[in-house]
Amino acid sequence: MRRVGRFLARYWVMAVGLAVLAYMAAPVVVVLLLSFNQPANRSTTFLLDDGIHWTLNNWTDICGGSETICPALSTSIQVGLISTLIATVLGTLIAFALVRHRFFGRGASNVLIFLPMATPEIVMGSSLLALFVSAGVPTGFGTIVIAHVMFCISFVVVTVKARLAGMDPRLQEAAMDLYATPFATFRQVTLPLVMPGIVAAALLSFSLSFDDYIITTFNSGNVVTFPLFVWGANQRGIPPQVNAIASAMFLIAFVFVAIGQIRNARRARRAATS
Amino acid sequence: MSTVLATSAGSGTAYEPPPEPVAGGRRRRWLPYALLLPGFAWLGLFFAAPMVSLFTTSLYDPSGSEETGYQLTWAFGNYWDALDLYHEQFLRSLLYAFIATVACLILGYPLAYAIAVKGGRWKNLMLVGVIAPFFTSFLVRTLAWKTILSDHWIVVGGLKRVFALGDDFHLINTEFSVIAGLTYNFLPFMVLPLYASLEKLDPRLLEAANDLYATPWRTFRQVTLPLSLPGVVSGTLMTFIPAAGDYINAELLGNPKTTMIGNVVQSRFLTIHDYPLAAALSFVLMAGILIMVLIYVRRAGTDEVV
Repeated sequence: MRRVGRFLARYWVMAVGLAVLAYMAAPVVVVLLLSFNQPANRSTTFLLDDGIHWTLNNWTDICGGSETICPALSTSIQVGLISTLIATVLGTLIAFALVRHRFFGRGASNVLIFLPMATPEIVMGSSLLALFVSAGVPTGFGTIVIAHVMFCISFVVVTVKARLAGMDPRLQEAAMDLYATPFATFRQVTLPLVMPGIVAAALLSFSLSFDDYIITTFNSGNVVTFPLFVWGANQRGIPPQVNAIASAMFLIAFVFVAIGQIRNARRARRAATS
Repeated sequence: MSTVLATSAGSGTAYEPPPEPVAGGRRRRWLPYALLLPGFAWLGLFFAAPMVSLFTTSLYDPSGSEETGYQLTWAFGNYWDALDLYHEQFLRSLLYAFIATVACLILGYPLAYAIAVKGGRWKNLMLVGVIAPFFTSFLVRTLAWKTILSDHWIVVGGLKRVFALGDDFHLINTEFSVIAGLTYNFLPFMVLPLYASLEKLDPRLLEAANDLYATPWRTFRQVTLPLSLPGVVSGTLMTFIPAAGDYINAELLGNPKTTMIGNVVQSRFLTIHDYPLAAALSFVLMAGILIMVLIYVRRAGTDEVV
């Protein structure tokens, strides 16, 4: 008994931590299960009350649930790619300015970058709509991209900035000492070193854009993205394919992260042995 | 991984001073402004200008409509109407967000501590576990709580059996499910800043406290907790702000009596097209959040928030 007590005293933090992780994982596990379930009808897509009726139909006929499900998915991917490209370029430029330069207004700029992250989405979404309405701009694909770039920029800045701030400035000095031009230094030394940060920022901004509902719903007009499709379908009954798509997204992202982690671990090991 | 963390920990990490200008370069003064220009122009046009637009919209003549057009009549009465009609939803939003934030802190602190201090070689794997929910759709994950909390599934069924609860015991479509959904959705925003500040904690400080005969509780209270305060502050802000404005959980997991202010703003804007009142509601929400945040930050006494 005393040994059990000592064991608990020693590991209870870890046990609580793992329990919380399980809480965080539960919905994802349920979505994976639901993707293999054949619901009786569309109002029971998110119910497993009488057990799982195993099927592969949701996966083999992934676009079959509705005529609009795959077009919505493709709209989301297009919006995500375009917004990510713009936000990553603009955000990276800002990050360089903030980390590499001392200039008048730097502190204010840092605060300004923080503001969009600290504003509730509904306020940003509704204010953009107020602007578009008063300026007479029709909402649609373009306005969705505008909105997504707006809320992604700050996240890109913070991500790239973290990477830049951790870089050793002496590497650039060395390049300059070896007569590299500023451009060559940037291209051959700085950029490769910052690249992991830029890639992480791009992935983050794609996932933020791809998953956004609140801001998008205010500025979408008649365009339907995947989250808007899910929301709309929820009122009428959701096709079970939604769970297969959500599971596929999860698995793809998981593979990406796993590859990144394995590469990092291998690089660390190589660095340790050499 | 650290980059992902830095993002979520954004407000918590103090900025490092910029390195000295790179050797050999006489810096061009205009260069930083040129780098900032495109991004800040975008933010100015589509973040700052809309706020002004929202503010003027909130002062339009409330009797206007899309057909007849709106007139700026400085109708501050819209704000009065907003508070008069919807103070209940306002207070409910702030209350739900507060409870969810406290729940996130209670759940998130041990997890962040376990990862940062006890994680060892499992650290990265556990961090992937924290961000893994982001890999898939927020709406679909929220809907999955309908499955989990359903009246006839194992969770509620098990609770009923263990505690001999009657048939009128429900979890789904109650205040509980809305707050649980908020807690679930914003938990990573609490864990990541907490982890970022606990990770910097020097383990030798804990050893020193132990050597000086401090009890584990005392060590936690007088060493660990004060040193992780910046993480606590930024985590609570990252959780509270989006939770107070959220309406997805209230819509998908709640009932008509759990409506939050976001639901009202959304329907006023998109269904009823009552722009002046909706804009006033949005503005009051932002002001309410700002006031609470300012009070909190002042009491917590950290200057590192922004």
